[in-house]
Amino acid sequence: MENMDDTSGSSFEDMGELHQRLREEEVDADAAAAEEEDGEFLGMKGFKGQLSRQVADQMWQAGKRQASRAFSLYANIDILRPYFDVEPAQVRSRLLESMIPIKMVNFPQKIAGELYGPLMLVFTLVAILLHGMKTSDTIIREGTLMGTAIGTCFGYWLGVSSFIYFLAYLCNAQITMLQMLALLGYGLFGHCIVLFVTYNIHLHALFYVFWLLVGGLSTLRMVAVLVSRTVGPTQRLLLCGTLAALHMLFLLYLHFAYHKVVEGILDTLEGPDIPPMQRVPRDVPAALPAARLSAIVLNATAKAVAVTLQSH
Amino acid sequence: MAKAAESSGDPGTTSPRPLMRDLKAVGKKFMHVLYPRKSNTLLRDWDLWGPLILCVTLALMLQRSSIDSEKDGGPQFAEVFVIVWFGAVTITLNSKLLGGNISFFQSLCVLGYCILPLTVAMLVCRLVLLAEPGPINFMVRLFVVVVMFAWSIVASTAFLADSQPPNRKALAIYPVFLFYFVISWMILTFTPQ
Repeated sequence: MENMDDTSGSSFEDMGELHQRLREEEVDADAAAAEEEDGEFLGMKGFKGQLSRQVADQMWQAGKRQASRAFSLYANIDILRPYFDVEPAQVRSRLLESMIPIKMVNFPQKIAGELYGPLMLVFTLVAILLHGMKTSDTIIREGTLMGTAIGTCFGYWLGVSSFIYFLAYLCNAQITMLQMLALLGYGLFGHCIVLFVTYNIHLHALFYVFWLLVGGLSTLRMVAVLVSRTVGPTQRLLLCGTLAALHMLFLLYLHFAYHKVVEGILDTLEGPDIPPMQRVPRDVPAALPAARLSAIVLNATAKAVAVTLQSH
Repeated sequence: MAKAAESSGDPGTTSPRPLMRDLKAVGKKFMHVLYPRKSNTLLRDWDLWGPLILCVTLALMLQRSSIDSEKDGGPQFAEVFVIVWFGAVTITLNSKLLGGNISFFQSLCVLGYCILPLTVAMLVCRLVLLAEPGPINFMVRLFVVVVMFAWSIVASTAFLADSQPPNRKALAIYPVFLFYFVISWMILTFTPQ
């Protein structure tokens, strides 16, 4: 039955070994043909030279074999090819399904083991984060913001997947690393939608509604899949509670605290431009960079306090 | 190859002859990018000079004057460089994994050459920023960048789409869209000080 089919795709090592074995057979066949020709050419005269040459050859072959095995195992992109074997219609349907929780928890639900969709969703999230930070007349250090965006998104996808996989290992859940990566990757689709909408329409109430609805739906989908693959109430609670908390809190973080981090970077850059009357008087020499930094931070806080006092 | 054989057999000539030939080849490819038709020129004899020139120009123009910033502009150059080249490498790997029959360097060549419209947009934005800032200034820059962004995507699609299996073109073009979107964002949000 469809739902029982969990072992989609062999592991990296198996595929690497297969490739290496096929290539070795080819190389051996070629080498054997070359050696035969050599022997016929030299006859009896080149016997000693042939022996030493054969020893050297064998050592060279052994070393080359080891090096090329290591290389083909880790640098062969053909290993990843089966995980990118998708059609646009499949990607579209998987995107839509990632928002629809399925209530069947007695049978392990099927997870598509592909990496194209999740990878594109992570890159899309990076692009949306960058788009949300556009300001027109402030100094921006694009490099730092870009590095932060890429680091945050990839760090979340890879780090939380690994952590939940580790927890699943502890809780005896039936899920492989690839499936976890794919599940969490497609779960980022909800995040992309929420952030795209709320970065363009700046209403806090709207964000909370979207956070609960859209974020909640994609979290429920992932939770249902994990529940169907775990046995035992404690394990289910631990695994799904952790995933739900991390997923929902990440969306909250991206909307609020990420903006604060960005504004912190912008404020630190704007520091010297604050007019003198807003500075809190401190009698520390201006040459000390540490004191200046704390003065700038205090100015940002003072500015924020002044703004809130003014608005009341 | 043909170029090396021609130039090495004549010790008397200095380098201008192969240099002019290379420059002419680069210029011809620039024309192909500006007026994209379905042709094989970029793919058949690829070279990475054009992408290098464009990337360096873009990275130099995206620096700001370092009078009042702590860093001296060095990291910004490196960051733009790294983003352009690693983005191109990622897209190339993605299209190869999807089953495309384009070679690694051909794809890098096409993606690099198709940054030309965005470099032109950067030049125009730089000129527009010499006027006084304001919403009209921003709208003009936004319009220019959006038009050039669309031009880049059309140009790269014209060259890359044929190398993919026909039903997966959208999957290969989407990361190209994201890549040029990020570069356009860098250009649009640039303000010298």
